[in-house]
Amino acid sequence: MLDPWILFASVLNGLTTGAVYALIALGLTLIYGVLHIINFAHGAALMMALYGVYFLHREAGIDPYLALPVMIVLMFAAGYLLYRFVIGKASHGRDENILLVTLGVAIVLENLALFLWRSDTRTIETAYTFTMVPIGGALIALPKLVAFAGALAATGVLLAIIARTDLGRAIRACAKERQGARLVGIDVEHVFAMSFGIGLACLGAAACFLLPAYYVNPQVGNGFVLIAFTIVVLGGMGSFAGALAGGFLIGVVESLGGLWLGESLGQIGIFLIFIAVLLFRPQGLFGARA
Amino acid sequence: MHYAKKRRQFLVNTAALAVSAALPIGARGQAAAVKIGVLHPVTGFLAYSGNLSRLGAQLAIDEINARGGLKALGGAKIQTLLGDAQSKPEVGASEVEKMNENGVNAIVGAYASAICLATTQAAAKYGIPHVVDVGVADQIVQRGLKNTFRFGPGYKVIADTSVNYLHLLNTLARKPAKSVMIIHEESLFGTGTANLLAAQLPGLGYEVKDVIKHANPTRDFNNIVLRIKAANPDIVIPANYYNEYALLVRTMKQQGVVPKAIYSVLGGAASSYKFVKEFADAANGVIDVNHWFNPKDKRAWALKKKVDAIKDQFFTYEVFLNYQSVYLLADAIERAKSAKREDITAALATSTWKGHFMPYGPTQFVDGQNTGAQPLMVQVLKGDIRVVLPNTFAEAEPVFPWKA
Amino acid sequence: MRDLVLIALFTVAVLLLPLFVTSGFLLNLVVMTLYLALLGQAWNILGGFGGQFSFGHAVFFGTGAYAMAVLQVKLGLNAWAALPAALALGAAVGLLVGALSFRYGLKGSYFALVTLAFAEVFRILANTFQFTGAGVGIQIPLRDSAADMQFSGRAGFLYTILALCVAGQLVAVWLRHSRYGAWLQAVRDNEESAAALGVDVFRVKLVAIAISGALMSAGGAFYLQYFRYVDPHIAYGPAISVEALLAAIVGGMGTVFGPLLGAAALHAVGEGTRGLMENAPGVNLVAYGVLLVLIVMFLPRGIMGLFGRKN
Repeated sequence: MLDPWILFASVLNGLTTGAVYALIALGLTLIYGVLHIINFAHGAALMMALYGVYFLHREAGIDPYLALPVMIVLMFAAGYLLYRFVIGKASHGRDENILLVTLGVAIVLENLALFLWRSDTRTIETAYTFTMVPIGGALIALPKLVAFAGALAATGVLLAIIARTDLGRAIRACAKERQGARLVGIDVEHVFAMSFGIGLACLGAAACFLLPAYYVNPQVGNGFVLIAFTIVVLGGMGSFAGALAGGFLIGVVESLGGLWLGESLGQIGIFLIFIAVLLFRPQGLFGARA
Repeated sequence: MHYAKKRRQFLVNTAALAVSAALPIGARGQAAAVKIGVLHPVTGFLAYSGNLSRLGAQLAIDEINARGGLKALGGAKIQTLLGDAQSKPEVGASEVEKMNENGVNAIVGAYASAICLATTQAAAKYGIPHVVDVGVADQIVQRGLKNTFRFGPGYKVIADTSVNYLHLLNTLARKPAKSVMIIHEESLFGTGTANLLAAQLPGLGYEVKDVIKHANPTRDFNNIVLRIKAANPDIVIPANYYNEYALLVRTMKQQGVVPKAIYSVLGGAASSYKFVKEFADAANGVIDVNHWFNPKDKRAWALKKKVDAIKDQFFTYEVFLNYQSVYLLADAIERAKSAKREDITAALATSTWKGHFMPYGPTQFVDGQNTGAQPLMVQVLKGDIRVVLPNTFAEAEPVFPWKA
Repeated sequence: MRDLVLIALFTVAVLLLPLFVTSGFLLNLVVMTLYLALLGQAWNILGGFGGQFSFGHAVFFGTGAYAMAVLQVKLGLNAWAALPAALALGAAVGLLVGALSFRYGLKGSYFALVTLAFAEVFRILANTFQFTGAGVGIQIPLRDSAADMQFSGRAGFLYTILALCVAGQLVAVWLRHSRYGAWLQAVRDNEESAAALGVDVFRVKLVAIAISGALMSAGGAFYLQYFRYVDPHIAYGPAISVEALLAAIVGGMGTVFGPLLGAAALHAVGEGTRGLMENAPGVNLVAYGVLLVLIVMFLPRGIMGLFGRKN
């Protein structure tokens, strides 16, 4: 078990799996960092995005990677509208209500998917699904390497948006000081909706990278929610670099934990880290002190 | 608006129930409908299997009604009472309560063992005969409940059979395999099955290199496959649900791990036409010891044809086990010449039904378990699923060891 | 005072229920509603009165259920004897989670997430160890006798859950009217001010989570006796955590009767949508989710908000 080649392969696996987790966490960390919402509907939104990629492939023959721009725009719009007309309206600003509303949205989305597309698991076959890339003795599936690159790219883009654009400045302002932002004339609700939209757009990208190596059914989102939360906390709520680093770290921990403790018990590593971070360094790796 | 209408309907129905509950079932005239509860998890994480189960039951009911209903009761039709257990035991139990209120005569369900435990208990309170369609946990038929009848085998029988067939297969090929590795899902059926296998295999001379338990869902199987690669067992034995099984086998193929056999026991996807269709390459050669129909019986193929014609549906064990569970009930009702719960229960207890297309022989229930129930060993050969053991039902020779 | 009178009326009404209602379905519905009310009340103690939102209350529920199961099956203890042990264990787990979380100053979403993590850790552990049955879970033998806390008629279970539910309500009343309750609500409303006024914030929160844990584990114990089977997913899965907080928030946090009203509302909506388009699985749950969102939209303070009660 402690064979160096297994360890090496395991770490590589962890990094590539972690990249996908990071993509999912990027959106969540933005939504949390700006709106202070724990988005219970994140998993369900990922599921919808996966169906989007699936149907684009099946009906229009669009390759998942080529579907990136489409999915990003679609999910952005969905997120914006969802916030503007449902979440923003329903919560009356109370934290517990936002929680329930996102929960309600999650239930609606999951069962809508069940009603529309039934419970069958869907997969797609592309030319590169089974292409393996040898890296130092380990075999890594090509889609996973692409996901890895995608996560790096997405993080870069998000960092650029936040640092360089007017919108990014507005987002930072609203995140730091809501009232103050209002006072200087920023349309806070609009910025929140934009942030929620960007958060869901990240899921659109994540779905494009995830589907070739995975599958979709109405419940598929549930398996990623807890991990996404862990990464957000680990990386620091609101930090993109943190979400990326956190994703890789969790991926590797999950991988090595599975190797040493067995896949079932190995999952415990993730949550023990989660608890440890929350207790001893709640601001996460990259977050500002709360 | 639709909701208000349904709500009014619900209230009207409840009121009507209160009235009709006062009347004994037969008093409303001849050929009163016989109510059969079809209870499965059609939403929640078990939705896929639950919906297939419901399909099987509904097909049987529709057929019986189309043929003129239950003859012994003057052509009484079967009325379906649908129930959704929402993948939770407590909801399953509540649905039984509701069905009882609606005067159900018998129940078929509830697919998952944990849910079956709750539904059979709830049904027992009212003496409602409950045919367990799949639920393989042996506890289901070990609680002394007189109303519970399981048509198919439990996991002890399945595990025992698997071990014997594995040994037989290996011996016939002159014992090329000496070691195994078990990969199982972490809940009831996977753990139970794995425990039984790990206990028996060493006794027959097999080294169990490792038993790996994994979560539902498992997002990535690369590590498990790495461990398989490192341990290099001759035979890999998976026992899990569809999604994980498919992911495992795909990953094994990607990593170039080709054991002498992938020998599944209750493999989630191994004997699934859906899996074979979607992953023809990876599925080839896979062996499964699972619920399967008697391939020499034309009626099975007739039903398969019918199901295949339905868009996006596959002929799976959920479908044919439920289909036959309903027919089992129908047979009992016909023999009892009554739709009363205690009469149906008595008829099931003495049932010697031969009208099924499973490899079970005539039914015989001891403590609720059909003693003749057994799994079959199938293998995916040339893009199709064929029975390879036992010889009485075999359609093809098993190919073992498997060469890539 | 008025709360106690209402509780007394409620108790009498439920006690008399089996005399007038023979429908097994309705009685089961009442039992499940009271059970959900208990879970909601347990959450309410910590979340509604204490202001500490937990997303992982299942950690206490599962402990209660497993404690009852293990004590009966592996140690042969009688169910009634096992119950106090289950409650104590629930409180102990509460103290453990609380001591760690509050000592390190976890609040708000951080606290919520840490409870979620604890529930997952316990789930994985329960899935690993043989004494909890690992993945197979534990089934308690069918005994059908009051002496074993399994009742052949429905009334026995009804009275048991009623007693537990009322116990929870009495705790809530105590919180509304006692000095400790005032401290707790002060901590909820403004922790810094409370500390400045001399309230031992850490201890106050710890007591709350212990009580909350005990009540929640009572719910778990009841579940086990009623359904006779528990596995890691049932015990520690997120479903239970969500149900508890739903009942409390929908009903009205920080009130005595909020959890009961919330439980009743949720079951009413559930039953009302159950038969909706049953040939198309999922539609009824879509309706449920939509109704949930609507309830939150129009009743931001929960159902108790309709009665103009201030928290």
